[in-house]
Amino acid sequence: MENINASIVLAGVGGQGTLIAGKLLGILAMNLGLDVKVSEVHGMSQRGGSVVTYVKIAPEVHSPIIEEGTADFVLSFEEVESVRWAKLLKKGGTMIVNTQQIKSLPVLMGQMKYPEGVIDSLKEASEGNARIVSIDATGLSVETAGTSKATNIVMLGALSNYLGASDDEWRKAVEEAFASKPKTIPGNLSAFEKGRTAGNV
Amino acid sequence: MKKIMLGNEAVARGAYEAGVKFVSSYPGTPSTEITEEIAKYPEVACEWAPNEKCGAEAAIGCSVRGGRAMTCMKHVGMNVCADPLFTVSYTGVNGGLVFCVADDPGMHSSQNEQDSRNYARASKVPMLEPSDSEECRTFTKYAFEMSEKYDTPVLLRLHTRVSHSRSVVSVEDAAPITIKDYEKNPPKYVMMPANAIGKHVVVEERNKKIIDDVAADPEGVGLHKIEIRDTKLGIITDGAAYQYVRDALPNASVLKLGLVWPLSEAVIKDFASKVERVVIVEELDPFLETEIKAMGVKCEGKELFTLLGEYSARLIKEKLSDDELPVSAFDASKLPQIPGRPPVLCAGCPHKGLYLALKRLKVNVTGDIGCYTLGALPPMQAVDTVVCMGASVGMAHGFDKATDHADSRNTVGVIGDSTFLHSGVTNLMNAVYNDSQITLIILDNSITGMTGHQQNPSTGMNIRLEAAPAVSLEKLCESLGVRPEAIRVVDPVDTFECEKVIKEELEREVVSVVIARRPCALIPTGRAKKGVEVSVDYDKCRKCGACGRIMCPALIMDADGFPVVDAEACNNCGLCVNVCRFGALSKAEE
Repeated sequence: MENINASIVLAGVGGQGTLIAGKLLGILAMNLGLDVKVSEVHGMSQRGGSVVTYVKIAPEVHSPIIEEGTADFVLSFEEVESVRWAKLLKKGGTMIVNTQQIKSLPVLMGQMKYPEGVIDSLKEASEGNARIVSIDATGLSVETAGTSKATNIVMLGALSNYLGASDDEWRKAVEEAFASKPKTIPGNLSAFEKGRTAGNV
Repeated sequence: MKKIMLGNEAVARGAYEAGVKFVSSYPGTPSTEITEEIAKYPEVACEWAPNEKCGAEAAIGCSVRGGRAMTCMKHVGMNVCADPLFTVSYTGVNGGLVFCVADDPGMHSSQNEQDSRNYARASKVPMLEPSDSEECRTFTKYAFEMSEKYDTPVLLRLHTRVSHSRSVVSVEDAAPITIKDYEKNPPKYVMMPANAIGKHVVVEERNKKIIDDVAADPEGVGLHKIEIRDTKLGIITDGAAYQYVRDALPNASVLKLGLVWPLSEAVIKDFASKVERVVIVEELDPFLETEIKAMGVKCEGKELFTLLGEYSARLIKEKLSDDELPVSAFDASKLPQIPGRPPVLCAGCPHKGLYLALKRLKVNVTGDIGCYTLGALPPMQAVDTVVCMGASVGMAHGFDKATDHADSRNTVGVIGDSTFLHSGVTNLMNAVYNDSQITLIILDNSITGMTGHQQNPSTGMNIRLEAAPAVSLEKLCESLGVRPEAIRVVDPVDTFECEKVIKEELEREVVSVVIARRPCALIPTGRAKKGVEVSVDYDKCRKCGACGRIMCPALIMDADGFPVVDAEACNNCGLCVNVCRFGALSKAEE
């Protein structure tokens, strides 16, 4: 059994694939013989709203919820969502941010501006207490898989640099997660590799 | 074999392993996936019922006939099927019968935060409450056994964080489906006064027997967990709250109640006698606390903890632990202000065009439960009221009665196809029968949308996507007495035609029904067709902003005020084309 004890936040916008990423991490943890809980949000907020999935991996997991200052990793699938969920990251944690920007309703209505320089603001506000990794996961997904749909797998590829499961275990989890859509496995595996390279900083 | 399963998936697995014969439910977050997962076991009869009362009564029928049966719902669905629940408590069962109800503390996707444990006490039906996926499986399986052993329906109470969390489950083989013999037995099954008086005695004796059996075997019969650690502090808790307690207070002693109704006084007093201080940690109502205080046990509860929303390990730590609270890596004061991200109507959503028409008409809108509830939020802000399933129709009728028809000239009810069939039909019957002049708009997107696309009696398909007879909404309304000329069908994307038709029907001094028909953009029949992409002619565009005001997620205004269509997100519905007065937007011919 590999000794992983990690709380991982997957934050994004409804429809970005955080649920599937959570499911894949669940498969990975189970294959490693670890306890795992994945908490999802279904229903109303999925309609283009801000969504979050929590994944907790450890020898024994109780609450499925990740609370303030307790996340080892925050994976933000959209740039500004990283700020919304920043408070969950613990001191010494790692935040991986996809630089894709999706304008929300208040921005489209002209009530608020989409903030500029989010990554720099995060670095400043962390005061050296967090590792911030930014990648263009959506761009890499389109480049390798021909669609933005593999953004979630690119993000997991980036995470794989820091989580401590072997390359084989990750590949196996990708294959199992997409077992019902075997045609998508090669594309997802290359998206994973792209993310792994881009997230290795 | 071990598998990782959603709590709801594990409930389905538990029912399957118990040899369930029939499951009938109406979808509702966070309960929907249970019945969807059941549908994947071909040997189980499984269906979407038009509402929770239908689902419950069908399940009761199967149970009385001798098969194990289950009905699943969200917490507010329990209100709809409360009527059969209270009396099947008296008749008891033949095959095991389980009512599965999923509460939603924090209201992630609900209109209230009711605590369904109150139903167990009120209906005198035992209630089990799992706290992770493996317990979802084992508790469900046990619920069927318990139902048959004590001749009672059993309630299984879930929670958003249990239903929608994945954790590891040990899958077992399924028991064969068996159907017991049915024997006529009117004293048991005919609940008229003479029989029911006798059955009430049986109910009280049954609950006393359960309490005694739990006292004799708390872990076996009650599914309780008694964990004695440090005896300074003893926590009594249930369901999801147990998990927060374990994270917050790893050294505390815990009595985790599996059976939350009825409660064994002996078990609780025994636990209380072993610890110095007893605190009840339960979300929502002081359900356990009230009962435990009535037993004369000294304890604390809601004087420490809120009646509102979800709990957390942090909240429990704050109240009961001296440990330092975790701190974030970021200095929040240095993070930028960020815009909110509320849920929105999707690109190509058929409801948009209809709501734009209502906004222009400046009418009062009594709303209902579904995706179209989002019409209450900016930018549409078209919906005035939302109470419960079906209330749009009844409330529009009430507006009519309050003003002697006057408000029917500027009031409409809006209701989805699935919600209309759930509980709008009887309301419409009432309006026609009692001389109303309401205008009802049925937003027929040919699916139950918000819960994730379930079939209903008007879609022409059943839960397993096999062809099924489809209710004709037009004929149904006509049969209720709505005049044929007052039943109008429009395409909601044709927003100006909608406005014209609604205006005409508001003037009509009888009940009118406008059916705004177009499939949801996320189902196969509503999805974008290739080759009909929307394009912009920038020479014709006057930057008036009309297309932007639709607030379509696929249409973004650039820095100069020109519209830009996101081809990947666009559903090619053509609403933006219809609202452009300068012909700058166009859609290729279909």
